[in-house]
Amino acid sequence: MDSQFTVGLAQTFPRLGDVEANLQRHLELAREAQGLGVDLLIFPELSLTGYTLRELVPHVAIRPSPEHPMWKPLLEASASMALVVGFVEEDARHRFFASSAFLDGGRVVHVHRKVYLPTYGLFEEGRYLCAGDGFRAFDTRFGRCGIAICEDAWHISTPYLLWMDGADYLIFCSASPAYGVGTEQEGATANAATVTQFTKTYATLLTSYAFHVNRVGVEEGISFWGGSLAVSPRGQVVAQAPYFEEALVPLEVDPGLLRAARQRLPLLRDEKPLTVLHELSRILSEERRHDER
Amino acid sequence: MTNVDALLQQDIPLVRRLLVSAIRTELGRFGFKKGVLGLSGGVDSSLAAFLAAEALGPENVRAVLMPYRTSAPDSAADAMEVIRLLGLNHVTIDITGMVEPLFAQLPNMSQRRRGNVMARARMIVLYDQSEEWGGLVIGTSNKTELLLGYGTLFGDMASAVNPLGDLYKTQVRQLARAVGVPERIIAKPPSADLWPGQTDEGEMGLTYAEVDKVLYLLVDERRTLAEVVGMGFSEAFVRQVWRMVQRNQYKRCPPTIAKVSSRTLDWEFRMPRDWGT
Repeated sequence: MDSQFTVGLAQTFPRLGDVEANLQRHLELAREAQGLGVDLLIFPELSLTGYTLRELVPHVAIRPSPEHPMWKPLLEASASMALVVGFVEEDARHRFFASSAFLDGGRVVHVHRKVYLPTYGLFEEGRYLCAGDGFRAFDTRFGRCGIAICEDAWHISTPYLLWMDGADYLIFCSASPAYGVGTEQEGATANAATVTQFTKTYATLLTSYAFHVNRVGVEEGISFWGGSLAVSPRGQVVAQAPYFEEALVPLEVDPGLLRAARQRLPLLRDEKPLTVLHELSRILSEERRHDER
Repeated sequence: MTNVDALLQQDIPLVRRLLVSAIRTELGRFGFKKGVLGLSGGVDSSLAAFLAAEALGPENVRAVLMPYRTSAPDSAADAMEVIRLLGLNHVTIDITGMVEPLFAQLPNMSQRRRGNVMARARMIVLYDQSEEWGGLVIGTSNKTELLLGYGTLFGDMASAVNPLGDLYKTQVRQLARAVGVPERIIAKPPSADLWPGQTDEGEMGLTYAEVDKVLYLLVDERRTLAEVVGMGFSEAFVRQVWRMVQRNQYKRCPPTIAKVSSRTLDWEFRMPRDWGT
């Protein structure tokens, strides 16, 4: 699709552990977004469950199947608008993943399972969740997309892999806690500045659209900073939601900018993935790695 | 139907060994040889007294009786029997004079509020005795009470170390019998004795025998509500129990700290409680 389309950044405050209430909120926002002409509505990480779940994980987990009572209304809503929703996914063998699904035309187009589960500092995801094992771009009616969830995007190989897999639209879904209240960045916390910075950098260096949708609200004393962001392939911020407040921010996406940016800065054309592969193979096979320990 | 009664049975000598050792080690590491506990004459505090006496020696355990003017006289008699059997140090401090001035000031206070005030007055006495006696406060809340939230926050729930917190009421009774708590104490209806005629089971509208099974299946066995109902328990009861567990989660956690820095206590600052000991 080379014509313009509208993306909606749904910066929500999920109710912890209450899938039913969050589902209703998703449907409500989808209706509201429809009025704004949104074609693709993106929700944050774990938007259907809330973040600090701990042992609520198995209580809120769902299978992304059309028969599931929580899933059916979302698929129905996706008949008129593509949706990216965050949820706890349970697989057939009862492993639990932090997943985000791309729904469109009444079906599940793609599910990304969070690969990097932060388990340090305040984070304890590795205790409760199973790590996903891959990054795959996928085709949509808007173009080829790739999803990364919060910590995934802190690893620079993630957007690179999605880019190499053909993604022109990078969708970052987050539940990013607010911490660090120095005076460098007025009104935003230190990590907000970092995420905003790397989202802009990725969009610029990958000459792609990047959408970062972060949640807001407070759980267990932890605030989430919001500040959802859309960056054009030229690295310009084309939409930004407020910090700390719920918001639904629509923005026009112009696929023509991809073409223009890649002429101006032909990094994709000149990229040498085989060199990357060779060098990585060499690096991983060399004894030197062990000596460094 | 799963035999939950069998699941609630424990290796009593092993549990006794673990609890006695935990009391001794955890108090000892902070440089304490002595303990203090509120002794009501009920099965929980009596068992805690027996375990503490075994861990620290009876001469190092101070039992504090804290009656209120309406407390059942039997309670004090049962507590004195435990003190006599074990040879504990003991003191009686009546809380009537502490709480009545507040009750007089606030004449419309509900029974529940008055009960909470009394539980917190007892906490004040215990922590003062802890300082005076040079021993840490040993808790007496069991797992059933903690899960159902049947306790007063910063009142009877306050302690330095709690040997009973991982034992359901049913298991408290089993262990109490094994260590020699008088049968009379084990058999009487459990009561917080905050007002005449109060019983735990009457106030909560359930029986420990039944609720312990449901809790064990939901918590220890990680069964879903639907599975527990499928095992023959009433759906309304199972839901009520789980709601109580959910609603009282806050009582089992330290107060919420509003996070701003990158090293918040309990989130990123996760030192062990036994740090440096």
